[in-house]
Amino acid sequence: MRKAFPILGILTAIFLSYGLYLAMVVAPREQTMGDVQRIFYYHVPSAWTAFLLFFINFIASIQYLVRRNPVSDKVANWTIITLAVVCCIGSVVAAVVPDLKAALPQGTEPSAIGTTGVIIAIAYFVIRKYFNLEAVDALAVTTAEVGVVFCTVVLVTGPLWARPVWGIWWTWDVRLTSTLVLWLIYVSYLILRRFSSSGQTPVMAAALAVFGALDVPLVYFSIWIFRTQHPQPVIGGGGSIDPRMMHVLLMNWLAFLCFAYLVCWSRYRLEIIKREVEEAQALESLLEPRSVAR
Amino acid sequence: MSAPPGVTFETLKKDIRLEWRSKDAINSMLFFALLVVVVFSFSFDPNAEESRLIAGGLIWVAFLFASVVALNQTWARELRNQVLDAYRVSPAPANSLFLAKAVGNFIFVTVLEALMVPLFVVFYKLRVLGPGWQLVPVAVLGTWAIVVNGTFFAAMSLRTRSREIMLPLLLFPITIPALISTVEATTTILVGDPTTSAKFWIVLLATYDVMFTIACLALFETVLHAE
Repeated sequence: MRKAFPILGILTAIFLSYGLYLAMVVAPREQTMGDVQRIFYYHVPSAWTAFLLFFINFIASIQYLVRRNPVSDKVANWTIITLAVVCCIGSVVAAVVPDLKAALPQGTEPSAIGTTGVIIAIAYFVIRKYFNLEAVDALAVTTAEVGVVFCTVVLVTGPLWARPVWGIWWTWDVRLTSTLVLWLIYVSYLILRRFSSSGQTPVMAAALAVFGALDVPLVYFSIWIFRTQHPQPVIGGGGSIDPRMMHVLLMNWLAFLCFAYLVCWSRYRLEIIKREVEEAQALESLLEPRSVAR
Repeated sequence: MSAPPGVTFETLKKDIRLEWRSKDAINSMLFFALLVVVVFSFSFDPNAEESRLIAGGLIWVAFLFASVVALNQTWARELRNQVLDAYRVSPAPANSLFLAKAVGNFIFVTVLEALMVPLFVVFYKLRVLGPGWQLVPVAVLGTWAIVVNGTFFAAMSLRTRSREIMLPLLLFPITIPALISTVEATTTILVGDPTTSAKFWIVLLATYDVMFTIACLALFETVLHAE
């Protein structure tokens, strides 16, 4: 595993520089926004990466809570499987019944529901298989920290893009506000981790992550309604994207994912080593009580 | 998970008796909220029309800040003489303790609101133009939203360094949707614009309350026994 690290590092560097080249040179110039639009290739991939990391954090937190007790673990497993099955059935039903298909958001295929459910289940069980209880908590710390970094990138590049295009740095639009609230929740998560005494930190942090995940849809929904009642600046909603731009976007996302994976990996290793050292120190001080006083 | 009403009721009775004799929480909350009202009115100096638009926000921000004062004391009170440890080892279910604390805080904050609302009306020259009775469900649901999460996070921040600061840091981000709903509902009712209705916000607030009450009850035992 350790040999793979430099290889992945070099690969990431190649991807990132190729992504930069694509974004700056190859991607076509946007008609109305001009070259400013190129920030899009950094803004959107960071956002997707941050959301993915927060999603992993949520799954890890749930697992940390449920796996401490065999009964709740079993209940959670079956709930996830049921969710996936219900999503699959739901997508079939939505494809057959025209009324339901019309109720879906614009541009969403019915099969997306089933795919989402299955992906959630796969992510859940993959994490469950490869991470034990202690490792799941380390995974939660890692993804939260790296996620906050990527989310910060989103919140910084957003206004930089908005200022020349919309003429304002910030607007209380749905996506902006939800991202900001998400960032706030995860910053409070990191503060909690820093301030609580070590033994209880994982449980509390996991509970907070679950609360945060419950909160985000409500935030999104409430601001969506809140804003539609008020005058709204023009946001580039709808419309289709040039396939060449899409290619550059996805290439950059790949580079960002590799980068995020690399950072997460080293942070995760650090966390595991830190815990091993702490454990060894605790053991040592148990064996030699006098060495503590020194 | 079960919550025998006996334990809940006894704990609640004890808390109320304690509060009745000391009046710690209610006095500090009242004075704090009063200060917020006075400071806000100095910094804005609105006329009746403007104040109707901002009063909803002011009232709820004042209540949110003031309730943090009471919430910080809920569990800190139990730390003296290791009462909380006694709770942990006792066979009483954790959730009945939580419910008692949440209901207790709900009562304290409601008393605060009942005392503060007349002051707001006087200071900001308020007159309700919409259906005034709708303010009652908004107040009840909004208060519960603050109190149920606040009680939970107060129990969590109990184990942290500098816990007095920790509670608002944890509580405020999570409370944002509830705050938007209560503020919007209150403003809608105060302004009384016939084209909009507060009903949607009340439903959203009820959803928030149900979701987070369930989450608190499901996780409280884990947090209380976290060691």
